[in-house]
Parts: sequence; structure tokens; C-alpha cells
Amino acid sequence: MIKHIQLNKGLDIPVKGAAELRIEKNIVSEVVSVKPVNFKNLTPKLLVREGDAVKAGSILFIDKYRPEIGFASPVSGTVEQVVRGEKRKLLEIRVKADQTTDYIKFNTPDVVKASAEEIKKVLLESGLWAAMKQRPYGIVANPADEPRAIFVSAFDSAPLAPDYNFTLKDEAANIQVAVDVLNKLTKGGVYVGVNAKTSATSPFNHLKNVKLYGFSGAHPAGNVGVQINNIAPINKGEIVWTIDPMFMAAIGKLFTKGIYDVTRTIAVAGNRVEKPCYVTCVPGTQIKDLDFLVSKKEVEIFDQECGCRYISGNVLTGSNVGAEGSLDFYSNMVSVISEGNYYEMFGWVKPMRFGKFSFSKSYFSWLTPKKQYKVDTNLNGGERAFVVSDVYGKVLPMDIYPVYLLKAILADDIDKMEQLGIYEVIEEDLALCEYVCPSKINIQDIVSKGIATMIKEMA
Amino acid sequence: MKSLLNFVEKIKPTFSKGGKLSFLHSTFDAFETFLFVPNTVTKSGAHIRDCVDLKRVMTIVIIALMPALAFGIWNVGEQHSIAFGLDMSFIEKVWFGFLKVLPLIIVSYVVGLGIEFISAQLRGHEVNEGYLVSGMIIPLIMPVDVPLWILALAVAFAVIIGKEVFGGTGMNIWNPALIARAFVFFAYPSQISGDTIWVEGLNAAKANAMQVVDGFSGATPLGQAANGAIDFTTTTGEPLTLMQAFIGTMPGSIGETSTIAILLGAVILIWTGVASWKIMVSCVAGALGVGFLINGFAAPETFAAVPAYWHLVLGGFAFGAVFMATDPVTSAQTETGKWIYGFLVGALAVIIRLFNPGYPEGMMLAILLMNTFAPLIDYYVVEGNIKKRIKRSTIK
Repeated sequence: MIKHIQLNKGLDIPVKGAAELRIEKNIVSEVVSVKPVNFKNLTPKLLVREGDAVKAGSILFIDKYRPEIGFASPVSGTVEQVVRGEKRKLLEIRVKADQTTDYIKFNTPDVVKASAEEIKKVLLESGLWAAMKQRPYGIVANPADEPRAIFVSAFDSAPLAPDYNFTLKDEAANIQVAVDVLNKLTKGGVYVGVNAKTSATSPFNHLKNVKLYGFSGAHPAGNVGVQINNIAPINKGEIVWTIDPMFMAAIGKLFTKGIYDVTRTIAVAGNRVEKPCYVTCVPGTQIKDLDFLVSKKEVEIFDQECGCRYISGNVLTGSNVGAEGSLDFYSNMVSVISEGNYYEMFGWVKPMRFGKFSFSKSYFSWLTPKKQYKVDTNLNGGERAFVVSDVYGKVLPMDIYPVYLLKAILADDIDKMEQLGIYEVIEEDLALCEYVCPSKINIQDIVSKGIATMIKEMA
Repeated sequence: MKSLLNFVEKIKPTFSKGGKLSFLHSTFDAFETFLFVPNTVTKSGAHIRDCVDLKRVMTIVIIALMPALAFGIWNVGEQHSIAFGLDMSFIEKVWFGFLKVLPLIIVSYVVGLGIEFISAQLRGHEVNEGYLVSGMIIPLIMPVDVPLWILALAVAFAVIIGKEVFGGTGMNIWNPALIARAFVFFAYPSQISGDTIWVEGLNAAKANAMQVVDGFSGATPLGQAANGAIDFTTTTGEPLTLMQAFIGTMPGSIGETSTIAILLGAVILIWTGVASWKIMVSCVAGALGVGFLINGFAAPETFAAVPAYWHLVLGGFAFGAVFMATDPVTSAQTETGKWIYGFLVGALAVIIRLFNPGYPEGMMLAILLMNTFAPLIDYYVVEGNIKKRIKRSTIK
């Protein structure tokens, strides 16, 4: 029995360049990057050296403070380079990949009979544990905890996001295995939120042993944090775990074939992509190897040449990895859009700006509800203090007062942060607030700061 | 456009850090961003941003003020022509009003923006757009005969004490425009009260013993009420109809008399979502609720017995409810809070009007008072959210 939850707040930004439902190619990068910076709040400890041979599933580095958690190489090959930044911060481990991937064979227990400890052991030693995130904070889960429940959002509602009903359509069996695995880790059950509109074709629709919820509404309805908040909000002292559907497919493969296979189908989308489509690849794939999809035409906006921004992830929450970067561990897409480094004469006062979308009705984009827009990275204004503060509430379907929470974070008031719901949000949940903010405040940075403070204080 | 852009680019280093005129950085920046939406790109967080910014929001408010301004300009000429028995055409009235109102607007902007630029410069911030709106509102809530030096002082007081000491736009507690109005009212009571200040030329006429039309009185309806009259009259002594008050052909502050022009602005503000319809609606509800309640107990033939809906079309009620109570910075910021805040503004305005014989217009004080209490209202609304969170938690 599916329970239905209607969310009335939110916004689907009409971004041009959605991926067509076809898989263009299987991308095999010569070099694959594994990046400790993908894991929030992690202090990595390197286990390999340049020149070491590794297999898919070999642990490259571990969490210094929780050494049982390892992070694995998705391919086999040799460690080509260890890239470090300022103060020798570990940025990236580059693995030169073999022609064919050689997987470590893990001994996996029978899921039905296995204990929670046995399951955790396999997940930890294979490196797949990193896929398990915890709320509060959105960091890699602590294997010593028992979560109140595990939540999965079976759809991504972000702009141009991949359609999981398409990318995971053949993975239903693996996902069922993963559900059984997850059920071992919590007594609270596995909650799955599907898109109410398209649930019929979802590989999650016929799962057993899950608590199924249908969500309808605009983005961020697909954010797992929003779903948790509307099903059963996280209270002080509670921990829930979350996992992305594409990692459930990987868990299924781990427990059926005994391999660490995080190959995924990602969308390559955005207005600078010639023919937006899907490709299969592993995390750490070089953006260069996707570049053949990007249009080589020069783009001028107001007679000023604008380059491309390569984003691992979606345009709201992804990271700017650049043309030389690689796909992040948790990313399910690559977005390529125009840089907005152009001047626009009297832009703010023009009555019509046909090429631009606005949530506010102070522009006329509400007249063309079906239109899709070529977005770019222009800030469209200058940073100011909080002035128009009621606009955030319109895009945040959570029982939270965002401005008060943000101000508590800015004031470093830990008690207030806790009272106002810092445990219930991570950066992505407030990304739309940041998008609509007329004062151009970097809200996700503020949330990050709050979470970092809480982790430090609660340790 | 290209050549202008090139010119701006060329002179930019002079104003940037290390340049000769770097102390004028904020000023340069303000003019640059006025001409061009800058080429700043997102550095962290969401890669794309909505194309609305504070400049746009403020522009919308200014557009919404235009009907009230236009009517006000015409009405200055209209009232003048009635007072002195002049036969003026529509164009002449508008031109007369324009010449009277324009200096007020210029003084307001020059003084206000001057202070904004200087304080942005001192702080090394970008110049904030907030004053663009305050600078237009302030002349509209002044009597047309206000001396320019008083206006300049009031603007300076409002911007410095009302806003900049708190940290600038977004940080202030009280609506800056109302601070200016309150300053004039309390600091220069002799220059800004009485029956002669609301119509251009009356003061001068009185001083020079010039001839005013027989039976002409410049008293506003609220002024008449304060003197105990309950049958409001027009300036020429005819009975004032509700419709006349609604259209606004009566003396008063420049922009406040015409409820219909203000409603046009309200439609723009509500449609664009720039101002909260909840505050406007609850403000009207508060005024009507308390007004009718008092009507029920009022002795006949007193101002308190005048039907409550009159309050909506008299004085600065409509202007305050639409343009000033809704200021997003100084009003309540929670959705529940807005209902309470708006209701109390409306209710208090009527109470002050009816029970404070010293001051016929209650709207200014009502809004300033509720500005003061808005954070308290929000505090209790947010506290409710906190209580809910604590209640469902097992660990306290």
C-alpha cells in the first residue's frame, strides 16, 4: 500500500538540455580519480603508493578516525599519481586503468541468514560502505550506530537530473537484494519515496519489505531530506541513514556476484551539451572523456564570449570540477552550462529579459510556463543582507524557518541551531532557497558552516 | 553598448584596490552595477541563480508608487487652484504640481543617497538599493509645503539614525521613511501641523495676507475630526463623499490621498509577490474589526461613530498598509506573524485616531510601534516551531 504525500512548495527550474532517454556509450577512462574531498568531513589516511597495483575494490585510503571505513578503487590498474594540495592535503588518487577490470572477489554471506555484523563487514571491506550516508550532517555513516530507519529517494527532482526509472530499469533484482541487506541494518525499516506521477514504471514500485511513499510536487520533492522531514522528521539524538538508488544496485551486485561494481548510468545534460544523453561509467571518470558530447560551437552572450562550466552533479548542488576534473563519487550526472561572465547593460531594469527565468513575477517568465531556458552561471546581482526573506519558505517544503536557522548558524548559536532544525537539513535541501534569493546569499555555504560547527561541538 | 563597456573597463583599475581613486570604490561599483549587471559568476553553492536581485525588487516598488505619485502631483495643482480660485487646465495643474514635488524628490534622493554612498564607502561595502524606495516614499508622505531644509534634515536623520547605525539595509528595526516622517512631526511641530500646510501656497498666503477663496479651509478630514467635526467637508465646505475620499481629491500628504491610486500599486506589489498580501489584508481587517467594534459603543455624533470603512480611505491608512507596513525588513517575517502584525497595525491605527486627540493620524505611529514589536511576534511564532521540535524529541 503506497502512502501519498503532496508537497506544495518548491520549484522546477525549466532548464534547457535534458538528457534524451538513450544510452550513448559506455565510457572507459584511461585514468580514474578517487577523491577524498567528495566525502564531507573526512580526514583520509592513504594506504597506497604511486606504482602500486590495485583491483576494483582495493581500498585506497581510509578514514583516519574511523579506520574501519575504507574507500575503494572502482577499477583495476596501477596508482599513477597521488595529487596533494596546500598543506599536503590529499586531493585525488589517480589510478591508471587496465583494459578490462579485474574485480576482487569478496566472500558474501547469504543475505537471508546473515547477521547485521556480517553484512557490515562485507560493506566495509569492499569500500561500498561509503555509499551509506547518515543524517544529521550528510556524512558517511558510522558502522557502530544502529539507525532509526533507512531512507531512499527513488527519484531525483533536481534540474536535468537523470531518470532513475530509466537508468535502473534492469536493476530491480539487485535493488531488492539491497533492500534485504538494508533491512538487516535497522529495526526501523527501509522507507522508499517514489515519484507519485511515474511510480508505475519505477523499479522500486514492486519491492518487498519496504515502506513505500509516493511524493508529488516540484523539486526538492525528490530530496531524501525533504522526504524524511515529511514522513518522520529527525529528532535530536536520532540517526537515520540514507542511500542513493544507484548504490543499491551496487549493493545488489556485491551480494550476488561478490564484486565492488559501482558502474552507473549518468546523464550528461545542459545547454552546452550537443545531444544530451546518458552514458555508463564509473565514478572518477574524467570529464575529458565526456567532452565529445559537448558542443564545440563558441557561445556569445551579449557579444561576449562565454566558456563552459563543467559540473559533476546538478546545477544546484554539484561541484565545479572543470574540464580537467572527474565525476564525483556521489554524482549521478554531469551538467555543462555556460559561464555567465558577461555584462548585461541595464539588465536589472529591462522590463523583459526573454532569455532569463525567474521564480519571482517581477519578470515575465510566468507568461511562458512551457519554455525552457538556457541557464548560465551569472550571479545576476550583488550580495546583500537578508531583505526579502519570505521567498525561501516558498521553495522549502519542510517544517523549518530557514532564515532563523541561517541566522543562528551565522551567529554560531549552537542551541538555537539545534532547536531550529539543523539536524534535519543538509546543503542540498536549501539549494533552491539559494537559487531564488534576491540578496544572492550563499546559503549552502552557511549550512555547511553550521554542520561543521555541530560536528565539532557534538564530538 | 560595447564602447561604454570598454570605457568602464578602462577606468576600472583607477577605482580598484591600489588605484588612485580606490577610496571611491563603492561609488564606482554602484554606477557600474547600475549600468551593467556585472559579470560576476557563482563561486560556490548553486551554480545558477534566479535573475531577480534587490535592484529589481526595489524597481518594482517604485513602479508601484507611480500611480500615487502621479495622482499626488495632479492633486497639488488641483488643491492650489481651488484654494486660490484659479482656472487651471489639467496640464497646468500637473505642471504646477510637478514643479512643487520635484524639488522634494531631488532633495530626498540627493541627501539620502549621498549618505548611503558615504557609509558604503566607509564600510567598504557595495551601495545598497534600499534607499531607492525610501527616497521615493519620503516625499510622498510629506505635506507639499514642507520646507526643503526640514526635509533634508529628516532624510539625514532617517538614513543615519534609522538605518545606518543598525548596519544598513536589511538590518534596521524601523521603516526609514516613517522615521523621517516622525522626525519632522516631533521636531518641527509648528511647521508641520495645522490646516495650512497641506495645500501649496496657503502658508505663504497667510503670511502675506493674500486672498484665498472665501470659505476655503485646508483642513484634512482627519484634521476636521480632531477638531470635533464629524461631517467631513471638502476644502470648499461641501460635504465630502466616500467616493471623493476614495479617489483622493482632498488635501493631505502628497501621495496618501488617493486610495484608488494606492490600490493600483497594491495590485502590482501583490502580483509580483514583492509585498505580502497577508499584511495588507490583515491590516484592513484589523482596522475594520476594531473600527466597527468601537462604532458599536460610540456615542452618536462623535468621530468614533463614523462608520469604520471611512478609516480606510482617510489619511495615510491605505498608503501605510500597502507600502510601509509591508516593508519586508521591518515587518514580521514569519507567515503567521504577518497576520498578527498586520491586524495589529490596522487596529492600532484606528485606536490612535479615535482616542488620541493630540494627533489625528494614527497610521505612522501604529506602524512604528508594530515595527518595534514585529521581532517579538516572530519570536513567539518561531518558538512554537521550536516547542514542536522539542516535544517530538525523546532526548531533551
